[in-house]
Amino acid sequence: MNKKTPLYNLHIQHGAKMVEFAGYQMPIQYKSGIIQEHKFTRENAGIFDVSHMGQLFITGSDQLTENLEKIFPVNLKNLKTNQSKYSFLMNEHGGIYDDLIITKLKDSYLIILNAACKKQDFEIIKKKLDDKYEINLDESLSLIAIQGPKAKDVLGKVVSNINNLKFMNGGEFEYDNSNIYITRSGYTGEDGFEISIDNQKAEKFVDRLINYGAKLIGLGARDTLRLEAGLCLYGNDLDEKTSPIEANLKWAIPKSRVDSNYPGSDIIKKQIDDGVKTLRVGIKPETRVIARGNTKIFDQNDKEIGKVTSGTFGPSVECSIAMGYVENNYSPTNTKIFLEVRGKKVPANVCDLPFYKKNYVKGEKNV
Amino acid sequence: MSEAKFSKEHEWITLEGEVATIGITKHATEMLGDIVFAELPEKGTNVEKDGTAGVVESTKAASDVYTPISGEVVDINQNIVDDPAKINEDPEGAAWFFKLKIKDASELDSLMNKEEYEKFAKETSS
Repeated sequence: MNKKTPLYNLHIQHGAKMVEFAGYQMPIQYKSGIIQEHKFTRENAGIFDVSHMGQLFITGSDQLTENLEKIFPVNLKNLKTNQSKYSFLMNEHGGIYDDLIITKLKDSYLIILNAACKKQDFEIIKKKLDDKYEINLDESLSLIAIQGPKAKDVLGKVVSNINNLKFMNGGEFEYDNSNIYITRSGYTGEDGFEISIDNQKAEKFVDRLINYGAKLIGLGARDTLRLEAGLCLYGNDLDEKTSPIEANLKWAIPKSRVDSNYPGSDIIKKQIDDGVKTLRVGIKPETRVIARGNTKIFDQNDKEIGKVTSGTFGPSVECSIAMGYVENNYSPTNTKIFLEVRGKKVPANVCDLPFYKKNYVKGEKNV
Repeated sequence: MSEAKFSKEHEWITLEGEVATIGITKHATEMLGDIVFAELPEKGTNVEKDGTAGVVESTKAASDVYTPISGEVVDINQNIVDDPAKINEDPEGAAWFFKLKIKDASELDSLMNKEEYEKFAKETSS
C-alpha cells in the first residue's frame, strides 16, 4: 500500500491526478495541466509537496564534520551554520547512490534525500558513521517547496523576515507559535524556498499559501521545470554507474576535496586528471519530436555514441529539450547528433545547459 | 456528413461520400494531458484498419494514433502539427488529424456510436 503525505487530502480537494511515485501517492498534475502549472511557477508562485523526500538529521559534536567529509565530497569545515551545499552519496567506484542537499545546523546536519533512495541512503550512512551520532530519518516532518518570482511575497505573508535569506542558506523562523526551518533553495530554476514543517501543521500552512495566491503544482511540471533548468533527476540522469564528473557536475566537488579521501575519491581524481569517456550534455532536437529517456544517439556516420536520459517539451522555452550522455568528443556545444525516435533519425544539436536561465535572488537586506 | 462513430482506441470518424475524417476524442485528450507533438501519415500513403497512422505526445508520454478504417490518405491537418495545443482545444472539431478515401464503408459497422463510446470510455477509465 502506497504511503500518503500529510497533504494528500488537499491534493484531492484541488483535483489532483494521483500516481504512485517512490512508494507514495503523489499528484502528477491538477486540473489546469502540466503546461499551465509550469508557466504559473515561472511567472507566479508554485507550491510543491516534496514530503516524500527524506529529511535526515545527523547530530553529534565529536568530530562529526570530519567524519561526514569522509562520506561526502564537500567542504563541510568551511560551511557556515545554516549554509547548504549540493553533494552526492557515492560508492567506491565513483558512482552516485543519491544526489542531495546538505545543510549545517547548530549541532547537526540536515540532509535532504531523494524519496526512492532515502532508506538505502540511511543504511549506508549509518553503517559508515560511528554509533556515537544520532541519525534520524525524520518522518514527523513534511517538506513544502514554494518556487517562482512571487514565492518570496507569498511566503512573506505567512512567515516574517524570509526575504533576508540568501540562496542556499537556511534558518529557523517563527510560525504558529513554534519554529520551522526554511532554506532558500529549490529545483525549478526559480527563486524559492523549502519549508520543513511538522506534519500536523503542513496542510493549514499550504492552505494559507494558496489563499495568498500560490497554486499547487504536480510532479509533471516539476519535471519540465527542472529539465529546463538543466537539473538532474536521480534514476534518470544519475545512477550508481555514473560519476559526478561524467554527469558534468564537477563544480559540486570543491578543489580542496579532490585530493582527500571519500568513497570513490581515487576514481574521481583520475577522471578529473585524465578526462572521462562520456559526458552529460544538453540536447536540442531540430524539430518538435520529443526524445524520451533511453533514446539512442548517433553521429553523422550512424555510429551509436550515447543515449538520452531525460527528454520533454519545455513549456517556457517552447521547444523539445533533452539531456543525455555522449562520447566525450561529441560533447562540445553545437555538435550535430541524431536521435533515433520511432525508427527515424531526428537531427539535434548539443547545447549549453540550462535551457532556461533566470538569476537566483541573492537575498535582500532591510526589505 | 454521417454521425460520428468511435473506436476503442479513442478515435472518432465521420464519413462524407467516400472520404472519412478522423481525429482523437475529447476523452483521449483528457487522458493524455497537454499535447505537445503530433505526427501524421503522409499524403498518398495507404493505411490499414487498426494500423498505426500517427503519434501524439503529451508532456507525459507518447501514444500511437490508429486508423479505425482502411484507405488512402488524401489530406492531413498541418495546423495541429504546427501547434499541437490545438488538439486539446477542439479535438472533435477543428483539430481533426487526417482524411482518408475509404475502400469499404462496412468497416465502420464494428465501431461504436456516441452513446456506446461514452459508456465505454467511462468504464475503461475508472
